[in-house]
Amino acid sequence: MRNKKIVEVGVGFFMIVGLIAFALLALQVSGLTHITPQKTYELTAQFGDIGSLKRRAAVAVAGVQIGQVKAITLNKEYYTAIVTMEIDANINNLPIDSAASIKTRGILGDNYISIALGFDDAFLRDGDEIEETYQALILEDLIGQFVAGQISKTGGE
Amino acid sequence: MTEQSDILIKIRDLSFFREARPIFDGVNLDIPRGKITGIMGPSGTGKTTLLRLIGGQLRPNTGTVEVDGRNIPTLSRDQLYHVRERMGMLFQSAALFTDIDVFENVAFPLREHTDLSDSMIHDLVLMKLEAVGLRGARRLMPHELSGGMARRVALARAIALDPDFIMYDEPFAGQDPIAMGILVKLIRLLNDALNMTSIIVSHDIDETLGVADYVYVIANNKVIGHGTPDAIRADESPRVKQFIRGLPDGLVPFHYPAEPLEDDFL
Amino acid sequence: MIRSLQRFGHAGLSVCAKFGWAGLFLVSALVGRPNVVLGFKLLVKQLYSVGVFSLIIIVVSGLFIGMVLGLQGYSILVDFGAESALGTMVSLTLLRELGPVVAALLFAGRAGSALTAEIGLMKATEQLSSLEMMGVDPLRRIIAPRFWAGQISLPILAIIFSVVAIYGSYMVGVQWLGVSEGAFWGNMRAAVDFREDTLNGIIKSVVFGAVITWIAVYQGYVAEPTSEGIGRATTRTVVHSSLAILGLDFLLTAVMFGEV
Repeated sequence: MRNKKIVEVGVGFFMIVGLIAFALLALQVSGLTHITPQKTYELTAQFGDIGSLKRRAAVAVAGVQIGQVKAITLNKEYYTAIVTMEIDANINNLPIDSAASIKTRGILGDNYISIALGFDDAFLRDGDEIEETYQALILEDLIGQFVAGQISKTGGE
Repeated sequence: MTEQSDILIKIRDLSFFREARPIFDGVNLDIPRGKITGIMGPSGTGKTTLLRLIGGQLRPNTGTVEVDGRNIPTLSRDQLYHVRERMGMLFQSAALFTDIDVFENVAFPLREHTDLSDSMIHDLVLMKLEAVGLRGARRLMPHELSGGMARRVALARAIALDPDFIMYDEPFAGQDPIAMGILVKLIRLLNDALNMTSIIVSHDIDETLGVADYVYVIANNKVIGHGTPDAIRADESPRVKQFIRGLPDGLVPFHYPAEPLEDDFL
Repeated sequence: MIRSLQRFGHAGLSVCAKFGWAGLFLVSALVGRPNVVLGFKLLVKQLYSVGVFSLIIIVVSGLFIGMVLGLQGYSILVDFGAESALGTMVSLTLLRELGPVVAALLFAGRAGSALTAEIGLMKATEQLSSLEMMGVDPLRRIIAPRFWAGQISLPILAIIFSVVAIYGSYMVGVQWLGVSEGAFWGNMRAAVDFREDTLNGIIKSVVFGAVITWIAVYQGYVAEPTSEGIGRATTRTVVHSSLAILGLDFLLTAVMFGEV
């Protein structure tokens, strides 16, 4: 009988440790705060160049994440990238003249979309498009331009 | 109750092959109800296989194995498990469950097949253990038992459900004379007290002839002789005589079938 | 030419037959009316011997692997000034690959081999036969609870492994080498997606759990009932499980993380 008790206590302990570990994975490691899918609404924006922006990249206002990139498709007519974003439903007061720009976290970090707020009293609704966009700064292009500038400067003298 | 025939197990034209090697070829056997039947034969003649055929663990190639009128090889899996609750089997290695103690080993079939209360099981188990003289050993684990004691515990387990018949697979093999004597006594006692039918498979001639009511001798895939122990002792058929007297060579050959000796050495 | 082709075909057929037998074996063990009360008791007992006994090796190995990852990851990342990505690197590595795979390999060595040996010995000592003769189906009584116990234990062990390893790398990276604590956890949380990384890792370990215990109980059940046969069956369990884990891991990774 005592043996049986040890077995049951052991298994109970095992299960609880497993559950705690799972909770840690979900909350501490995955940063999951909502078990059910969060309510979101969708916005789109068109960019001339998205650099290395990927699905699930962050969408942030003032550096605070408010949503993520849901899909990236190509506009076949204008050859621009259409980025669909999911925005947290609580953030329902983004002015319609806000601007979206693709930025890089640090020098080598990944791309994310930063939204600079506008001043209009009307707010963006589900399915709206952010008209004003700034495409990604491509580091190689900048370096290329800089080097070209140096060369033309020296060549001009 | 329908009238029961005197024959509990009826085996007819039984043939069984392992790969292409015949183990049994046209064996006929009758096990009388309420008696102790001995099945003897040299090692390797498939005596254990015969028990497995009766228990339905193996299926014969041809022939019938009728236990109480039901042909074992044709039963479905569920029916077979149901019939087996009426059988007891004592394995050569005792086959106790090593992770539970003596008491739980004997209680196992009761817990498995009945809904008896714990106190009922407790009483029944102690009765069975008392019958084999091991009531005091109930809290020992199987590895603490001697070979003879383990076999007696296994016997208590085999009779836990009061089966119709019990099969002993080499009950005397590897036992010292005292343990053998105890087992012989127990087999006779249980058979008579519980009104069971017993089948003993063994090559221990003296013990088997001593305890059995009727004896079959098997060799060369066939029944070579049967009768009461006295008749078998007096049997003049050369093969039976060779086995009973323990002569090293005779019609039951000393040599396993082989090429002529010269072929192997040249 | 024809001969070798025939031999190849024969080998293929016998492999198929073995898979078929093993599948049938598993199906007949698991399908059927379960006895809920008894089944639960047996399961608890097996969870103890399969799961709880594996806990220590999993925790200790997890801790060391996490610490090594922290150390190595730091020394690589610091060259790029990217040591703040340590948490991301460690957690993704663990959740997607190392956690499920290493836990499964340890589990195959610790619990799988023990299962095979136990069942093989039960067969050798005629315990399985005697169950059958008592009218108890050894497949349901012996095999099924062991299978479920392994199936339940491995995902739990893999989760524990990952968590311990992440904390191990936290200890080395943050407490010892001085990565910023906020960056460690923050970047990790930003990069790890619950569904795509954590859950996919758990799905992997569920698959591994099924395969390992399947192999282990089958090998035990078909083991030749001699000491040599059981030894060989135990070895086969470890070898087959390890190969199956690594092969399946590639397949699962290709399916789960293939399109990016």
